[in-house]
Amino acid sequence: MSQIKAPLGAVPVSSRESAVSVRNVSKNYGSVEALKNLSLEFPRGELTSLLGPSGCGKTTLLKIIAGLLSADTGDIEVNGKRVTGPGSDRAFVFQDFALLPWASVIRNVAFGLELRGVAKSEREAIAERYIGNVGLSGFEKAYPHELSGGMRQRVGLARALAVDSQVLLLDEPFSAVDEQNRRKFQEDLLELVRHENKTFIFVTHSIEEAVYVSDQIAILLPRPSRVSEIIRPTSFRNKDVENIRRDPEYLDIVDEIWASLRTYTE
Amino acid sequence: MQHRPLILKLLSAFLVFGAWEIAGRVPVSYAFPTFFESMEALLRLTLDGTMFKAYAETLKPLVTGVAISAVLGIGLGLWIGLSARFDWLFSPIFIVMQAAPLAALIPLLVMAYGIGLTSKVFVVCIMAMPVIVLNTSSAVRNTPVSLKEMGRSFLANDRDILLKIVIPAASPVIFSGLRLGISAGFIGAILAELKITPTGVGDIISYSRSIADYPSMYAAIFSIILLAVLFLNLLERFENHLFEGNNRGYVSD
Repeated sequence: MSQIKAPLGAVPVSSRESAVSVRNVSKNYGSVEALKNLSLEFPRGELTSLLGPSGCGKTTLLKIIAGLLSADTGDIEVNGKRVTGPGSDRAFVFQDFALLPWASVIRNVAFGLELRGVAKSEREAIAERYIGNVGLSGFEKAYPHELSGGMRQRVGLARALAVDSQVLLLDEPFSAVDEQNRRKFQEDLLELVRHENKTFIFVTHSIEEAVYVSDQIAILLPRPSRVSEIIRPTSFRNKDVENIRRDPEYLDIVDEIWASLRTYTE
Repeated sequence: MQHRPLILKLLSAFLVFGAWEIAGRVPVSYAFPTFFESMEALLRLTLDGTMFKAYAETLKPLVTGVAISAVLGIGLGLWIGLSARFDWLFSPIFIVMQAAPLAALIPLLVMAYGIGLTSKVFVVCIMAMPVIVLNTSSAVRNTPVSLKEMGRSFLANDRDILLKIVIPAASPVIFSGLRLGISAGFIGAILAELKITPTGVGDIISYSRSIADYPSMYAAIFSIILLAVLFLNLLERFENHLFEGNNRGYVSD
């Protein structure tokens, strides 16, 4: 049933080094099969999107990789090490930001380091750097409720970057952010993938967003969830961010994904 | 942080006290003194030291009871909120305690613990503790799941999650429980002094009523309300100091 294809002569998936491997993972919620025998490789240093209709288990898969949920069967490996729970090799960015409302921006960004026992002056210096990197300099002392949705997610992103994990897990990070900020965010994310040399796993339900930011797109189909297709855009990845949305391959892939997903809309 | 403008506070005080003064002058009842008469009595009782002696008595059961209720109440509330079994065991007690007609229970307390400080502390605790326990436990149960997940994904252990996520997240509701509980404790302290043995402020109230010195009686009632408001303000300052970002504006300033 599942077909894996590499469009337009892309390098075969097997020749890339995987940072994260998902092998034969199944997960049931009671009698509901959320994931069934799902296998997927995430190449190192690249951004892989998990794309699919709602209820296809993409967030479940991401939380299993994060170690927040345990799989019923199957294995997850991150850099060759089996996942048994949350680890310092992965950092999570939450859909609803999950910021501590009583803590200032700098404490929120440093929170992961605080939990790891990094001394206060040291972790605040690191946090300050990442607050600058995500463009929030000057807001160190602000509280989350004083920030816009887009700025809050920048805090969430800075917190995940500050712990310097090899793998970043992003759960629909821009879905609660307005459209203009979302576009800016997507551009920034491309920059980040290019410069941070980390592996990104990105859950989204937006086809355009997935095609725009991804090196590899895994399309999941629901009930029970399985990988139906893996698409690797090739020609526009190294172009300017302004030209991606005009690229013929970008448009083709968006159309093609929509054609395969449209039967699953309600 | 938001503040009510001073002018509004003064205006609201002026309206309430003005209405009191007018109602006293009409008069609504022979037993209802005017605002100024009551303030005069308050000044007199304060200057001759009666008030201070009375509060030295009243504050004993009040402070002891409120302190026990706050510490024990928050502790039990946390435990109930975190453990389903403990919830099953203890929640009903506090729900019954909250609904119980306290005045009817006082004779039982007196029989068991006599007419001394112990019974009065009990009354304060019965008034103050249930709302503190119930608020704390429901706040803890309703900690946002994503915050706890965030903690776990950034490698928090159970202790970190409790101290750095669950308690701060629950703090606004815990503090509102404390405010309600402490106000109820003030009521309990006066109730104990009226129902068990007349001491302290309760003594001023019942004695001045018996000799028809109504201004003194209202002065005593006014003073206890004033003290409660001041104390609640202090509590809110403390909350803001601890969890500044939780503050979305005034509760009782």
